[in-house]
Amino acid sequence: MSHLLEIHDLEVKFALRTGDIIAIDGVDLTLDRGETLGLVGESGAGKSVTGFSIINLISKPGYISKGKILFNGDEISSYPDKKMREIRGNKISMIFQDPMMTLNPVFTIGTQMIETLLAHKNISKKEATKIALEKLKKVQIPSPGTRLNQYPHELSGGMRQRIIIAIALITDPQIIIADEPTTALDVTIQAEIMDLLQELCETDNMALILITHDLAVVSQVTEKIAVMYAGKIIESGLTHEVISNPKHPYTIGLINSIPGSTKPGEKLQQIPGMMPTLSEIPSGCAFNPRCTEKKEICETIIPEPKKTDSGSIVSCHMR
Amino acid sequence: MFAFIIRRTLQAIMVMLVISLIGFSIKSNIGDPVRDLVGERVTPAERAAIADKLGLNDPFFIQYTRFVKNVLHGDFGTSLIYRKPCLEVILKHAPATIELVLGAALIIILISLPLGVFSALKPKHLFSRFIMGFSTLGVSIPVFLTAIMFIYLFAVTLGWLPSYGRGETVDIFNNGYWNSGFLTIDGLKHLVLPCISLASIMLPLYIRLIRSEMMEVLETEYIKYAWAKGLSPKRIWLVHAFKNTLLPVVTVFGLQIGIMFAFTILTETVFQWQGMGFMFLEAIQRADISLLIAYLVVVASVFVLVNTLVDIFYGFINPTVRIAGTK
Repeated sequence: MSHLLEIHDLEVKFALRTGDIIAIDGVDLTLDRGETLGLVGESGAGKSVTGFSIINLISKPGYISKGKILFNGDEISSYPDKKMREIRGNKISMIFQDPMMTLNPVFTIGTQMIETLLAHKNISKKEATKIALEKLKKVQIPSPGTRLNQYPHELSGGMRQRIIIAIALITDPQIIIADEPTTALDVTIQAEIMDLLQELCETDNMALILITHDLAVVSQVTEKIAVMYAGKIIESGLTHEVISNPKHPYTIGLINSIPGSTKPGEKLQQIPGMMPTLSEIPSGCAFNPRCTEKKEICETIIPEPKKTDSGSIVSCHMR
Repeated sequence: MFAFIIRRTLQAIMVMLVISLIGFSIKSNIGDPVRDLVGERVTPAERAAIADKLGLNDPFFIQYTRFVKNVLHGDFGTSLIYRKPCLEVILKHAPATIELVLGAALIIILISLPLGVFSALKPKHLFSRFIMGFSTLGVSIPVFLTAIMFIYLFAVTLGWLPSYGRGETVDIFNNGYWNSGFLTIDGLKHLVLPCISLASIMLPLYIRLIRSEMMEVLETEYIKYAWAKGLSPKRIWLVHAFKNTLLPVVTVFGLQIGIMFAFTILTETVFQWQGMGFMFLEAIQRADISLLIAYLVVVASVFVLVNTLVDIFYGFINPTVRIAGTK
């Protein structure tokens, strides 16, 4: 049986005046029905670009230069735009980072919910309104009836993100891609939104791709994890395995820099240096300038992914 | 929304008071109402008596109050050249100007919207580049030159359209005030060249404004989100992006309609169009102060009225403004 989503050797390039630069370099991922996957990494590692390339919506001048993406066994990465539109927001929904910017300011919540349904399902406006109300109840919004006629600016950030989750759910998709869904929200709201998202995915058996830099959230919510660095997946596997027994020096560094692993009063740990920009990726292993275990081989040869004894896959010469 | 309308109206009244004050100051310093009334052949003693009778020696503020009171009753004094009440003169010339501005506004809306949207959506298309180049040219040529070129080309050389005047008009209300050129073929033919000339300055600016606003909107998160929802390009461009593009455009358009009333002076002169602009020039040439001030106040009130209406309309399309108004 085929996987729900398979990404094979995905390569994304950005066509700049100075030449093409590679943003995503040979990413492989699989996702099954009802599974939750955390895509982790620093800003600029290529998490969001990977997410957007699944629905073929990479911002210009980016484009998929190699590899393929299979959804239910169909190669959706080669779909023409019209056919792709039937997948976007219907079979695969997205949740964006900043709820303050995501909703169109001049249309009511109701309009923005219903239009999604009408774009994908052959139903009347009345039926669509009914479904919209149902979904608003599902995301636990108080007095959902009045919300339909309100404009985005009348609602708080947390409320808006609930609405966006409701819009993502409205067509009963098979996959939800959540791109940093809680980064722009207050800490107290963050937990609520994450709980809600997790609960909804479980009850409706939806697969979730959670893109975030927050390892703590990933470890609570997801079953599988993939750690990205400079456009590559450097470690992947079951979340509890990777978190409790990290192999790649970068993953180890990330986990050590979580505030909880340091005693109160002590200085927080950090990984020295910065992630290279896409145009200045060093030769060999991209992480080598910041790595504590660096050997000569790391500067010349790109490490191949290999399976470790714990079952996770790591790209490092030292393992 | 109601509170918002009330507040905007009060602001408009304040602005009108300031304008009337400026208008009256000019009138009381430049004009000589006594000469307007009796001409040159009256003795100084008689002049002083008339000035006293008219209240011209009263304090400034009392005279101003009287002026405002008269204006509110529609009395702007008598025009020197027409020998009729100023308001009547202006009202008789107004329809010609209003029709000219209306026609030009119609041309601007009908052409700038599709062209601006198209060149924003397909900025690299050959036609978009042509539009942009042409609009630069359009902005840089002054109205009177455009008008003269049109007359030479379409009226003199090709002979398709008349070169001056309003042609055959119809008296809509049968009282001699509103003679419309919109109702006869001949009247419409006479409208074509003046309207295009008047539109020629604003149109390129509009295309550029709509294009740049639309391009900015297309880059926003909510448009990207609309794509992620799987909406059709038609809906994203013509509903989601277009409505947001319209917000600043409506405001500017309101302001520009007022400015267009002023621009008609050039167009009306070239086409011998018997409107307010034509009348204004005549008033200047013959130092008809009362008529000038009346024109100033009337045009200013049109300006203020249009702006207030645009603000209120803006409140209807932009929900954020509406909320701010009710609080």
